[in-house]
Amino acid sequence: MEQTMVWMTLLGMGLVTYLPRLLPAWWLRGRELPPFLVAWLRYVPVAVLAALLLPSLLVQDGHLALQWNNLYLWAAVPAIFTAWKTKNMFLTVLVGMAVVALARLILGL
Amino acid sequence: MEDNTTFSTHLRALAPALPVVMGYLPIGFAYGVLAINAGLTPFETIAMSVVVYAGSAQLMAVSLFAAGVNPFSIVLTAFVVNLRHLLFSASLSPYLQHWQKSQVAAFCYELTDESFGVHSLRFERGAVDPAAALSINLTCQLAWVAGTALGALAGSLITDVKPFALDYALPAMFIALLVLQIRNKLHLVVAAAGGLLSLGLWLGHVTQWNVILAAILAATLGAGVETWNKRWSG
Repeated sequence: MEQTMVWMTLLGMGLVTYLPRLLPAWWLRGRELPPFLVAWLRYVPVAVLAALLLPSLLVQDGHLALQWNNLYLWAAVPAIFTAWKTKNMFLTVLVGMAVVALARLILGL
Repeated sequence: MEDNTTFSTHLRALAPALPVVMGYLPIGFAYGVLAINAGLTPFETIAMSVVVYAGSAQLMAVSLFAAGVNPFSIVLTAFVVNLRHLLFSASLSPYLQHWQKSQVAAFCYELTDESFGVHSLRFERGAVDPAAALSINLTCQLAWVAGTALGALAGSLITDVKPFALDYALPAMFIALLVLQIRNKLHLVVAAAGGLLSLGLWLGHVTQWNVILAAILAATLGAGVETWNKRWSG
């Protein structure tokens, strides 16, 4: 692809990424919102994080992977336990990564 | 004095940003390597991390660049992939009431899946100071750009980030962010609904819209049940 086209693509991508990030906050902040919408917005974080997470753990190479060698899935168990008990994000990330690294080293997965 | 205050604000911002930094360095690195291999120059590769700053859209764009897909399709794909940011932005909007417009504009520019997770937790605890929030965002994007630059420099030399489980940093962070958000049974139900709907839609080949559709439905379920309970208990 020619250089100008690459840069136009980059700028276009920047624009279509920035606008969805900006416009709702820009329009909604400081407005009196209906109670249902306020409640709805409070459930968005839980809903969207779960919607991002579950496929990332269960889908491998384009397929549902529930078998024992899906490390992403099994490493989630100690990670969830750590997050639940310690409420510590950094520690959770470390435990998750350590389990995956060790399993790869020892089991050769 | 003022410099000291600003400095300590920045320093305190490093702690909440640290897990994000740990995730962004390796993923940014992986993106950098892939972008060079797809034929982008190091400058273009790094520029995309500065201008776009959206991991999944950038990784997708790189594979489309490599496949020679036309620019319009690449931009359209980025648009669809990034529509979920509408939800992040809307969800955080009540906390930005007293911010200046320039602060909102800067904050939203660096609103990603991960920084959203961090801010939604902090804001709910009452930590709505714009300086700290902007420092967290800046730290995260710097890590993303630094990871990208390293990847772009390494180019085709390194292609595997797996030995240190660096690829698990982001999933582990999502786990932490999600678990920290769950404080009652209804949260758990909404999380289960969001996750299963997203997975179900994905398996049904709705691979671009699954996250945003699942999140909208699950949040509606949560708000519906909460409203219903209030009506009957009040």
